[in-house]
Amino acid sequence: MTVKGTVFRYKSDVDTDVIIPARYLNTTSEAELASHCMEDIDKNFVKNVKKGDIIVAEDNFGCGSSREHAPIAIKASGISLVIANSFARIFYRNAINIGLPILECPEAVKNIKAGDVVSCDLAKGVIVNETTGKTFQAEPFPPFIQNIIDKGGLIKSLRG
Amino acid sequence: MGMTMSQKILAYHAGLDSVKAGQLINAELDMVLGNDITSPVAVNVFEGAGCPCVKCPEHVSLVMDHFTPNKDIKAAEQVKTVRNFAHKYGVENFFDVGEMGIEHALLPEKGLVGAGDLVIGADSHTCTYGALGAFSTGVGSTDMAAGMMSNKCWFKVPSAIRFVLKNKPANYICGKDVILHIIGLIGVDGALYKSMEFTGDGVQYLSIDDRFTICNMAIEAGAKNGIFPVDDVTREYLDGRFKREIRVFEAEEDAEYERTIEVDLSKLEPTVAFPHLPENTRTPDAWGEVKIDQVVIGSCTNGHISDLRIAAEILKGKHVAKGVRCIIIPATNTIWKQAMHEGLFDVFLAAGAAVSTPTRGPCLGGHMGILAAGERAVATTNRNFVGRMGHVDSEVYLASPDVAAASAVAGKLATPDQIK
Repeated sequence: MTVKGTVFRYKSDVDTDVIIPARYLNTTSEAELASHCMEDIDKNFVKNVKKGDIIVAEDNFGCGSSREHAPIAIKASGISLVIANSFARIFYRNAINIGLPILECPEAVKNIKAGDVVSCDLAKGVIVNETTGKTFQAEPFPPFIQNIIDKGGLIKSLRG
Repeated sequence: MGMTMSQKILAYHAGLDSVKAGQLINAELDMVLGNDITSPVAVNVFEGAGCPCVKCPEHVSLVMDHFTPNKDIKAAEQVKTVRNFAHKYGVENFFDVGEMGIEHALLPEKGLVGAGDLVIGADSHTCTYGALGAFSTGVGSTDMAAGMMSNKCWFKVPSAIRFVLKNKPANYICGKDVILHIIGLIGVDGALYKSMEFTGDGVQYLSIDDRFTICNMAIEAGAKNGIFPVDDVTREYLDGRFKREIRVFEAEEDAEYERTIEVDLSKLEPTVAFPHLPENTRTPDAWGEVKIDQVVIGSCTNGHISDLRIAAEILKGKHVAKGVRCIIIPATNTIWKQAMHEGLFDVFLAAGAAVSTPTRGPCLGGHMGILAAGERAVATTNRNFVGRMGHVDSEVYLASPDVAAASAVAGKLATPDQIK
């Protein structure tokens, strides 16, 4: 599967409290969560995000609480892929479990700017910065994780 | 190479003789935890999958502790969803207002978690139970739903950092100073994906409450879990309380650690994390003049009876500074009752502090103590991210109960010695 979109760029330690502030956690509605996504660090995100767009961040993306509302809000806002140097571990699990594609690729992070158009072949982990023409290879998932993704998330993989 | 303490617990629960770092395993769980924020998402996932039953209802705990007592209609609806789920699927460990407490104080207190256990919880501070010699880690709501369906969870076996704690801490130095010092040292991703294993002769000087505080904040260094060895302090706490058999796992002599870090507890000073990351730690000489508007003493990190006793010792005969709101939140109803019987509430009320029913409300900016733009709080909580306790332009300073109580009196960031 290939995704393509415009990049929103963030720095290190983007925590789940800014991805979706706790004051909005009194709902499980995906659309409602998406309408507040990133608002405490980027008020323009919700206004500008389009289906297929991509988030690129530095270290430890998604640190803090275990709220699955964070990857849910990102996915429901239309984001097709998050690329970072590293992810906080609970966010990493949650993203895989709900089927939000994520890739660790420091080379790509170094060479992608806000507003660049980026495409990615998710199965191969090949990231292309269409704006500059540069290509990057992300580490593919181990087969165990790839199986969860292929089955459409953890629950579907358990149900056979 | 031998296994770490964490790896031995994982191997046991996966039915394997040994495991190594990086290995992917499926393991049997002793407890699956959820709260009023994460459980409703798990209920949606569980029911959406058409699952007929919870595999082991006695291995599930549902604690309504974040937006409770229900702060608004939406919060009340979320709790209702979880209450109905517990009733429908026979989950008896469902705790609501009147019998609940902050989940990470409540589960140990009720004997629902203990040494040798493998625990997952849809709350990042589930790592707290490592204080009892359990492997315990935070997950999301889908993992929680899968845990309820199958009583299993997949894990990538973590590598580990060993922290050798040495010597006895000075007066007014507690578990909070130890863990803030360590996070300041290694950073908020210093233990990413790894175990933090605590050992050394200094462990004997740390009370069980100190150990809860230290393991609670392992996640703030990015760790998968934090863990203490089982000793007399652990056994004394678990005796007559823990519902299962104590299983003791010790790190092997040749266990492989990525790093070993020595911490001399006798040299630690009161440590505070300045906004907006728990790694921004400073000791008193670098605090400067930080005027404050609010103090919160409580949370899953520091709402234990020993924390309240420390606060009372400092507040006794003194008064909260004019213009400062001091909110004290015992972590569970049992602690609440104990504090009341010990006369701690008389001290708090005479000092002009407010005492709240157990809730995690202000810690995450939910309710019961939200900050306005430009306001500053000293809190014994665990996170000081942007907007964590309210407005995006407010600030949270993370501190021990000693420093929090002293700051309430001084009206600015202060140590207990500075208000004598």
